[in-house]
Amino acid sequence: MSGVALEPALRARRDAGAKLLVTYMTGELTADWVDYLQVMVEAGADAVEIGVPFSDPMVDGPTIQEASVRALERGATPEAILTATGGREQPVPLVAMTYANLVLRGGLQRFAARLSAAGVTGAIVPDLPLEESGSWEQAAGGAGVAAVLLAAPVTPDDRLGLICERSHGFVYGVNLMGVTGERASLARSAAVLAKRLKAHTDKPVVMGFGISTPEQAVEAASEADGVVVASALMRAVLDGAGIAEVGDRVADLRAALDRG
Amino acid sequence: MAEPSASGRFGDYGGRFVPEALVPACAEVEAAFRVAWADPAFVGTYRDLLRDYAGRPTPVTECRRLSEVLGVRLLLKREDLTHTGSHKINNVLGQGLLTLAMGKKRLIAETGAGQHGVATATAAALLGLDCVVYMGEVDTQRQELNVFRMRLLGAEVVPVRSGSRTLKDAVNEAMRAWVAEVDTTHYCLGSVMGPHPFPWMVRELQRVVGDEAAAQCRALLGADPDLVVACVGGGSNAAGTFAGFVDTGAALVGVEAAGGAAVARGVPGVLHGMRSLLLQDEEGQILEAESISAGLDYPGIGPEHAFLAATGRARYESAADDEVLEALQLLSRTEGIIPALEPAHALAWLVRAARSGEVGSGSTVLVTLSGRGDKDAQQVMRLLG
Ligand SMILES: Cc1ncc(COP(=O)(O)O)c(C=O)c1O
Repeated sequence: MSGVALEPALRARRDAGAKLLVTYMTGELTADWVDYLQVMVEAGADAVEIGVPFSDPMVDGPTIQEASVRALERGATPEAILTATGGREQPVPLVAMTYANLVLRGGLQRFAARLSAAGVTGAIVPDLPLEESGSWEQAAGGAGVAAVLLAAPVTPDDRLGLICERSHGFVYGVNLMGVTGERASLARSAAVLAKRLKAHTDKPVVMGFGISTPEQAVEAASEADGVVVASALMRAVLDGAGIAEVGDRVADLRAALDRG
Repeated sequence: MAEPSASGRFGDYGGRFVPEALVPACAEVEAAFRVAWADPAFVGTYRDLLRDYAGRPTPVTECRRLSEVLGVRLLLKREDLTHTGSHKINNVLGQGLLTLAMGKKRLIAETGAGQHGVATATAAALLGLDCVVYMGEVDTQRQELNVFRMRLLGAEVVPVRSGSRTLKDAVNEAMRAWVAEVDTTHYCLGSVMGPHPFPWMVRELQRVVGDEAAAQCRALLGADPDLVVACVGGGSNAAGTFAGFVDTGAALVGVEAAGGAAVARGVPGVLHGMRSLLLQDEEGQILEAESISAGLDYPGIGPEHAFLAATGRARYESAADDEVLEALQLLSRTEGIIPALEPAHALAWLVRAARSGEVGSGSTVLVTLSGRGDKDAQQVMRLLG
């Protein structure tokens, strides 16, 4: 299945004046997880990250750890997740979020090809920093998958330039020094990093980590092109929120971002 | 053993597979350690602490009665006699001093058996640093006494409830904590694992074990030993030991726990910031190691060991729980030395290899006794019923 190319889709939305909303769904978290993914798209997500769970998620906080454990206990595998993903065509780009060991296990090229075959057009691998991601970027690129790189508040300017140059699809700005997870307020480092990234690149700049509420989403998007909301949505699903309720939450985020 | 490449690799293994937020911190540790390790004042202070505080050099003890039982000439490098009772003190004193040199005020550490946690808490108390130790909940139960020791030393112990609740999860949690506190805090990793420069730096801080032992063996034997054996969790006591012998003719053997044998049953992969041999399933999910010894309950191995295994310079064997308990009792009864469960693995392999004839009679063998058995006494008492 050929998915929607990541960077052109995000650029088009941004250039039309929208703030980008990227949501997240842990693959195989529930039996009907693809319905959650679908409702996120219907409620206005511009792209959806599909979490491919790893046993040792180093950059994830308690919520996504819990979601990963639950999915793995249900028997989640990359293969099962990608098969289910490929089974339903989506009008927006899909981006895999996973860890290096799963990407490397069967070989970079094979993993990239598998993503592509499932209609996934981007991938985020947070434990592959610049120095370690070269061969992955090549393999992904060869399969038509955008390798998204992450920038952190402590990234010095010269590295920031390289990350912006080499990142495909968008540049992922990590709001804070810490792991994923809901936070009471947006870190001050978010706006600073967003401004620095925007000064470095014309690629879409999307900020993530710790964005929990529509207000925080608006605040985080003000200096950037958009936001990722992950843990707050997974918390809801873990606590039993149904498909419609998650759809409502995403619609609230969409509406807030559209109001600005 | 040589320095890793610029990207922190020993052959195909090693590297720096960390989130972007930790890349500057790893680079800072590397730069600070390079400066410190070349600075006579830093090295002098470190040597003084090893001598006056940790009690180095540790002796090499010839085991006359056990040698007779095994038909070999057995020498033990006595890391059990250091302050805090294991080789872990060598590493933490170095990283503690480095923390001061970097202008940081706080140490965090992971611990399995609790030995590295106790050692880190000790160094923190000595050097006036704050200390938080992450320990898998299962291990806090297996090693209650060490939890108390760390608290007595002024450290905070955080039980880790994620994953298998053992050493690998404690490392994950310490890494997560480090990201959030990196400007004030040094992550004092306890073995030759993790992202560059840790595998190299920790080996350098442990090489005192092998350097001392090599000289002591020559004085005792008039030659290098035929065989050098050490247990391997992450691999720091083995790496430090091997560093003293890699350029000699001695055969090098690392002994893992049978339930955590990363060389025998592992596959190359990425965990905890390094590429190395890891126990994992077909999909790449990390498997839980299983051993009576909390200190060897680790599904990977330091990258330099993966490299030494690949080149054949060292080989890696394993020992099962029951033979480990037997070896522990054998050393206790024949030599009056109660070893920790971890180095009892090294002895257990030697006992098996000597009995089978794999280690020829009359061979000279150095085993690193990485720690003393006090911490395990309660558990061993239960296991022996
Ligand atoms: C006494 C002792 N030996 C060995 C180890 C294993 O560590 P390494 O392989 O890094 O020497 C430990 C770890 O806790 C230990 O306490």
